[in-house]
Amino acid sequence: MFQNIGEMLVLFWRTLTALPLCWRHRRKVFDQFFEIGNASLLMVCILSFFIGAVIALQTGPVLVERGLASAVGGVVGISICKELAPVMMSILIAGRIGSAMAAEIGSMRVYQEIDALRTMNINPVHYLVLPRIVAMALALPLLVIFSILVGWLGGGVVSMANRQIDISFAAFISALQDVVRLKDVVNGVFKSFVFAVVVAVVSCHQGLITRGGPRGIGRSVTKAVVNSIVLIVIIDYLLTRLLLDQ
Amino acid sequence: MSDTPQSPRGLGIRVRGLRKSFGRQEVLKGLDFEVRPGEVFVIMGPSGSGKTVLLKHLIGLEQADAGEILIDGHPVGAPEVTDCYRMAMVFQSGALLNSLTVGENVGLYLAEHRLKPPEEIARIVSEKLEVVGLEGTENKMPSELSGGMKKRVAIARALVIEPQLIFYDEPTSELDPLSAVVIAEEIVRLNERIGVTSLVVSHDRDLAFGVADRIAVMDDGKILTIGTPGEVRASRDEGVRRFLAAEFRREQTSNLLSK
Repeated sequence: MFQNIGEMLVLFWRTLTALPLCWRHRRKVFDQFFEIGNASLLMVCILSFFIGAVIALQTGPVLVERGLASAVGGVVGISICKELAPVMMSILIAGRIGSAMAAEIGSMRVYQEIDALRTMNINPVHYLVLPRIVAMALALPLLVIFSILVGWLGGGVVSMANRQIDISFAAFISALQDVVRLKDVVNGVFKSFVFAVVVAVVSCHQGLITRGGPRGIGRSVTKAVVNSIVLIVIIDYLLTRLLLDQ
Repeated sequence: MSDTPQSPRGLGIRVRGLRKSFGRQEVLKGLDFEVRPGEVFVIMGPSGSGKTVLLKHLIGLEQADAGEILIDGHPVGAPEVTDCYRMAMVFQSGALLNSLTVGENVGLYLAEHRLKPPEEIARIVSEKLEVVGLEGTENKMPSELSGGMKKRVAIARALVIEPQLIFYDEPTSELDPLSAVVIAEEIVRLNERIGVTSLVVSHDRDLAFGVADRIAVMDDGKILTIGTPGEVRASRDEGVRRFLAAEFRREQTSNLLSK
């Protein structure tokens, strides 16, 4: 485990030092960025809408019953933007994109494509890892902003439509605006940026250390997703603790 | 593998006391040999004799436990070698990047090192594909090609580098006899045309005796003999004779089964 963590840190450091080459690899970054957005936008939309709806449904009746109808918007708004959108979207992306990254790089490793790159003096970190990490670090925060907006919409629609809550959409949004500050949104987006880097580094690393044939690729994919999710949850706690004092 | 062409002549290789183990299994047991600049040197031997592991050491993809490999007098992996010399490898599977078209695969080295403008790269790619008899395949994906075509694309990709040293890993495996002849002709033609040093790893005896200036026969991690094709044929080493004489006869199998 410690060897893996060490290797991932080295991979991350090598990617950081290669950042000036980003412009040179802009086409690959754009391709990856498009792939991430194209593959996840619809799922992000559906998931976020129903997360917002469920939070409103769970908290709304309880708050309204206690005469706290004006708090529904705030509770839904803050929980989505600070916690649920960044964490849930990162987990979704780990499953949808992280697995694809590990599988693609893993199969390149198994079928000697990475060896072929090395013999052509092409650095696999620059060619494969850098575009993926950069694209992920750009795409996930944008997806999370989109997810926050859709989640709020879901919460607002349910608060309006559900008879037990029965708050107008305008009242929901107004309550939300009273509680949610720009800092809270930035907080969630910053978390998602960190998670994006974690998912991309873990997935690329698992791909690069793939051994064996198709079974090895399968193992790498599973490890990439599981390790990413575990790290997301742990780092989420640490970041929440850190940002709580700010 | 430099960005600027150096001396056009082939590179020599010297291997001294090369040893490699994976766990308790010793795969290379102290190899010593030399490949002269500009020659076609074939390393032959049965499957599992350590040929491919040796090749990975020569190209710098594996680290030896002991011994050294010198390319033109410099240790393999040293900046003098990676930055100043142009080397290429044709992998057994071709190792084409499946996400790129044939044209992008062939032009990858030039594009990634930004050695030529895109139009010039397209022209060179077409030219090299024509050399290996695959003109007009630039826009095909590797998955649309046969095994032999993939190998020829891999050779075209190597040609683009204008190498001084080229490694071939089992270039004729999985190929029909006609495609194997095309590949063998290509190895010889390339050697004569640009004076490249070619190191071929194969268990194909026809290929070895057809293209080699010198042959090394390996078995069980050791080199049994090195010499010209005539010298190897005349070798009295038991392992060499067994490898060269091995052939399948139906009546032998029938006799074994009846016993």
